[in-house]
Amino acid sequence: MTKQPLIVLAIVAALGASAFAATKATPPKGTATIALPGDAGMAFKPAPGAAAAQANCLSCHSSAYVATQPVLTKAQWTAEVAKMKNVYGAPIPDDQVPAIVAYLTAEYGKP
Amino acid sequence: MDLGRGRFLAAAGAAFAAGAAPGRVLAQSVKLPFENGDRPLVAFPQKRPLIMLSPRPPLLETPFAVFDDGVYTPNDAFYVRWHLSNIPQTVNADTHRIAVTGAVNASLSLSMDDLGKLPAVEIAAVNQCSGNSRGDSVPRVVGGEWHNGAMGNALWTGVRLRDILDRAGVKAGAKQVQFHGLETAVFPTTPSFKKSLDLNVARGDDVIVAYAMNGEPLPVLNGYPVRLIVPGWFATYWVKMLSAITVLDTVDDNFWMKTAYRIPDTPNNDVLPSQTGFPTIPINRLRVRSFVTNVADGGSLPAGSRGLRGIAFDGGSGINRVEVSSDSGATWRDAALERDYGKYSFRRWNAELDVPRGTYIVAVRATANDGATQRATAGWNPGGYLRNAIETYQVTVS
Repeated sequence: MTKQPLIVLAIVAALGASAFAATKATPPKGTATIALPGDAGMAFKPAPGAAAAQANCLSCHSSAYVATQPVLTKAQWTAEVAKMKNVYGAPIPDDQVPAIVAYLTAEYGKP
Repeated sequence: MDLGRGRFLAAAGAAFAAGAAPGRVLAQSVKLPFENGDRPLVAFPQKRPLIMLSPRPPLLETPFAVFDDGVYTPNDAFYVRWHLSNIPQTVNADTHRIAVTGAVNASLSLSMDDLGKLPAVEIAAVNQCSGNSRGDSVPRVVGGEWHNGAMGNALWTGVRLRDILDRAGVKAGAKQVQFHGLETAVFPTTPSFKKSLDLNVARGDDVIVAYAMNGEPLPVLNGYPVRLIVPGWFATYWVKMLSAITVLDTVDDNFWMKTAYRIPDTPNNDVLPSQTGFPTIPINRLRVRSFVTNVADGGSLPAGSRGLRGIAFDGGSGINRVEVSSDSGATWRDAALERDYGKYSFRRWNAELDVPRGTYIVAVRATANDGATQRATAGWNPGGYLRNAIETYQVTVS
């Protein structure tokens, strides 16, 4: 009786990597549920134009995604906003684009 | 060899402490070694505190000290990267199906039980984000601003994609296989995230639909209940929560293949930042890389210790040699390679520095079995992809 676990251990040790193969995982069953924290409360820096950024940028991504970018020039922020609108299909009204670009350049960019 | 060190990782110690062995004091934030590199450490569901780049979509980087703990990256420390805002937060494996359609003789709808009836294979493989180390690009480029922790190595269990394709019967003339998962965009105008592989790549021995990661179900944020595993290839192809496999008789021209995740089709895939009009190709295989894991840049070895250890990997030929330098790359000595877990896995290594007390610029360089090695200085491309320059570390020994 008492010897059996030792034998098993010895076999597992001898098999090394292949011991893993003996206990191959099987497809999962059941439901997995998580609750993502989201980004409520993570607003853009308050400044003129923040409302336009808040209304248009946060539909698809957090403000942190913006804040972690390199410090971009106005031309680069202009290109980014255009990419979000034209490439990623964000429905940003044309008349809000200048305010968003000005805000991003002032708060997260350089002239 | 001149390993010019333009910048110095002043706060690496903080990032390193975040490795979080139980009982160790946990830093609340880290500063990655580039502009706008401040990041909070946040614990997401099924995850220990990770370096948060963005909460939505979640982009979470593995604190680098984790890679010192073992050859496999624990599931709760494995990095996370999603593209679109709507990620299912409840996924039922019992009702999940993978639709196999397109240029096939018989369409399939595969359940988890169906996968369980196919031969199971296990493979150790590195999953590395295309943009891993993007934040280190000079000049900087926009995107997910990672340092070096958007990667991990796991033992994946699943079934060969080829076995699935053979069950459906691929029609003559098929060119690519397209993969799609459960994440969706907020607006219907946003391109759905779909990735494709050439048929000959998709039919490779090692491409699997994985239902387990390190012997456990995948964390939801890593793609529960199944994701594609493409060993040796960048993670953009490793589609999470895989729900559709579509055999194409054309080359995929969807946004995520035709426009995004492209690299210059130039020598070493390099271009000058000012360059335009060059041809591009879809990103593909990993490049050889190596890292020190037991001390961070700016850190110190324990008193009396001269031991370095770390990891190396490449795109699937396997690691042939790892060398370390204590003089900024002027001279090199061989490291000892640890056990080989397979040609797609991290390969751990050990080395002893032969130096008196002092502060040194340590470098590590790996050479793969296919002869590829690391360059002294990084090339540049607009996506910030493919970084594999020799890593250097300021290390104090006492």
